[in-house]
Amino acid sequence: MNIQPFTIDIPQETLDDLHERLAQTLWPDEAEGTGWAYGISQAYMKEVADYWLHRYDWRVHEAALNRFAQFKADVDGVGIHFIHERGRGPNPTPLLLIHGFPDSFYRYHKVIDRLTDPAKYGGDPDTSFDVVVSSIPGTGFSDRVTFSDDINADLFAKLMTEVPGYKHFVSAGGDHGAIITQALARRHPELLIGIHLTDVGYPDQNTDFSQLTPAEIEMAQWVQRWFMEEGMGVNMMMATRPQTLAYGLNDSPVGLAAWLIGYGSSGQHGKEELETRFRRDELLTNVMIYWVTQTINSAARAYYENMHVASGGGISKSETVPAAVAHCPYDPPLPREWAARKVNLTHFTEFPRGGHFMAWEEPELYAKDIQDFVSTLRR
Amino acid sequence: MSIEPFSIAIPQEILDDLHERLARTRWPDEAEHAGWNYGTNLGYLKELVDYWQHSYDWCDQEAKLNRFAQFRADVDGTRIHFIHVRGKGPNPTPLLLIHGWPDSFYRFHKVIPLLTDPASFGGNPEDAFDVIVPSLPGFGFSDRPHFPGGMKSLRSAELLSQLMTGVLGYQHYIVSGGDVGGRVTRLLALTHPDQVSGMHLTDIGFPREITFPPDVPNPSPSEGRFLGSVGMWFFQEGAYAALQSTKPQTISYALSDSPVGLAGWIVEKFRAWSDCDSEIEKSYSKDELLTNIMIYWVTGTISSSARLYLEDAFQSAPQLSVGQYIEVPASVATFPKDLTYPPRELGERFLRVARWTEMPRGGHFAALEEPELYAKDVQEFGKTLKQ
Repeated sequence: MNIQPFTIDIPQETLDDLHERLAQTLWPDEAEGTGWAYGISQAYMKEVADYWLHRYDWRVHEAALNRFAQFKADVDGVGIHFIHERGRGPNPTPLLLIHGFPDSFYRYHKVIDRLTDPAKYGGDPDTSFDVVVSSIPGTGFSDRVTFSDDINADLFAKLMTEVPGYKHFVSAGGDHGAIITQALARRHPELLIGIHLTDVGYPDQNTDFSQLTPAEIEMAQWVQRWFMEEGMGVNMMMATRPQTLAYGLNDSPVGLAAWLIGYGSSGQHGKEELETRFRRDELLTNVMIYWVTQTINSAARAYYENMHVASGGGISKSETVPAAVAHCPYDPPLPREWAARKVNLTHFTEFPRGGHFMAWEEPELYAKDIQDFVSTLRR
Repeated sequence: MSIEPFSIAIPQEILDDLHERLARTRWPDEAEHAGWNYGTNLGYLKELVDYWQHSYDWCDQEAKLNRFAQFRADVDGTRIHFIHVRGKGPNPTPLLLIHGWPDSFYRFHKVIPLLTDPASFGGNPEDAFDVIVPSLPGFGFSDRPHFPGGMKSLRSAELLSQLMTGVLGYQHYIVSGGDVGGRVTRLLALTHPDQVSGMHLTDIGFPREITFPPDVPNPSPSEGRFLGSVGMWFFQEGAYAALQSTKPQTISYALSDSPVGLAGWIVEKFRAWSDCDSEIEKSYSKDELLTNIMIYWVTGTISSSARLYLEDAFQSAPQLSVGQYIEVPASVATFPKDLTYPPRELGERFLRVARWTEMPRGGHFAALEEPELYAKDVQEFGKTLKQ
């Protein structure tokens, strides 16, 4: 297997071109006073664009990301980008972290150090991890090819076993990453020590609603409402006509930012509190990862390839791989009993804060939950 | 109510800026063997954009459009752009033609001469119409309403009623429309049955939209098939409508900033909804496709037009109750490659169907694609009403 060290090094022309486009943005009109009711607020987008043009410094964030050891491996002909940081401890556990949409490997940039070096944060070096953070094919610095999640799972299994050569590992993820992790558990249970998920999927046409508890019905209704008000249009667009969408998003940086940030902020509390949950630099760095790699099309195509309109529909669970589920309040409700239907649940934590991108929003809580879970497995 | 003559005169800076943007388009990749399965085909869009950059002549198209007498009238604070061509005949019937999305007043440019001057085409001057073709508020050269609710079809219907009567002085008129235009047509008939002498429709709407019966009890087999096909269509083709009904602003940034983004968004529908056997240029020339796209681009109306979907979906109450009829005589023309192909019996649940024509060919943008078939049907309806 061909593995090369990888450094992010975006050509200056790309950055200059981006700046020209930002400076010449043609803004849509709007219905005054609608705020966030018609989509992502224009007042907000203008602030973001202004910051992006005049204050945001990509090179600073590029350098910060390059402090992680990065590689690109050819796995069955697919170039996969990943971070690989060794744990500092007597017996680090291999851990694969998988991002989702509209995020990227960037989701995990704050937890890597906590997981590789728990002692630095007052923790136990026995709970250290060798951390692999991969970019899903089609997103970021992996090749621009799109596969179904079963194939992504197979590619990641190969990555983990043949590149660093791990015999067993823990897989963790949220959103798209949760689906791939569940696929790994189904397809390669013998490789997995355990799985950690921040969401497990939602009821769909295959769900037997007569079996659900009141809390699960409430979850289903929340998700249904979210879908009708927030997610339906954006998900359907990517699941049916991603190419039509891609022309504008790949050509207009503000267009791309609006799509990614708008999607990431959906939900009851997400909109007005975006700025308190994510720093503007962080939101933009995630957008930059899509912009400089031109991967919005291949990432959106994943929806088409998987034909999901909500994550995790109708798949069976792995009965053997122990699973942890961590739930945050800004994500849809997730009753424990629902988690137990979807995975072989051995660890369940409700957190007092955080949302859909838990590792990004609450790195300390996230890292600790993974450490706690894996400690239970090793006993 | 002030009315002033109008000519399209797009400043050169807009055209120059457009060309700069086209020249620096960042093209996305495409899946292998994508065809049109994932959306607008990359190879075709590149061909169209190449033509747009190097061969398309907006000034020529602008001059052609300016051969129609155009005006703008301030109606309730919104300036409405419209073509107004008097009929050549002893007693022309006023006829209001209402476009939809993602088209424009341009939909009707071929039928205007057929309808205003039938004698020139071997027809009878008795069948001439005074033709009024507006840009709906928020589209084309009409103002873009900037307040919530400004894009509701109910409001547009009211403005057009005032245009026809208060501004132009007509007491009675026929209305024809399809898509959003069909909805506005039905709203006009519902709210002003005293003014609207007949309504000509190229589709009857679809379940859960504001001018469709809220329930279809005991559907016949063909009605059931139609209702099922509408549901299927929505999941396969309707993402744009779901998106524009919920997050029109979110998609507007890209479509207002990237002309290729806008073109990709619109061209997909012209191909999918037309009788072109999957080859879009069997139905439309590049000039026609681009002129319609230009109307959205130079006026910045993709964002306002998208808002219509949200405002009609969430801010408008259903306008028909179960069993209620729109009492104005209706002439329905169904075209085989339109989005939906309703059975007559479904139309007869809420329309007073005077005529129902099943066309042999054509699709959603009927007046543009099959001008003779469309114009003839409207003329026949006019004759029926005169009797």
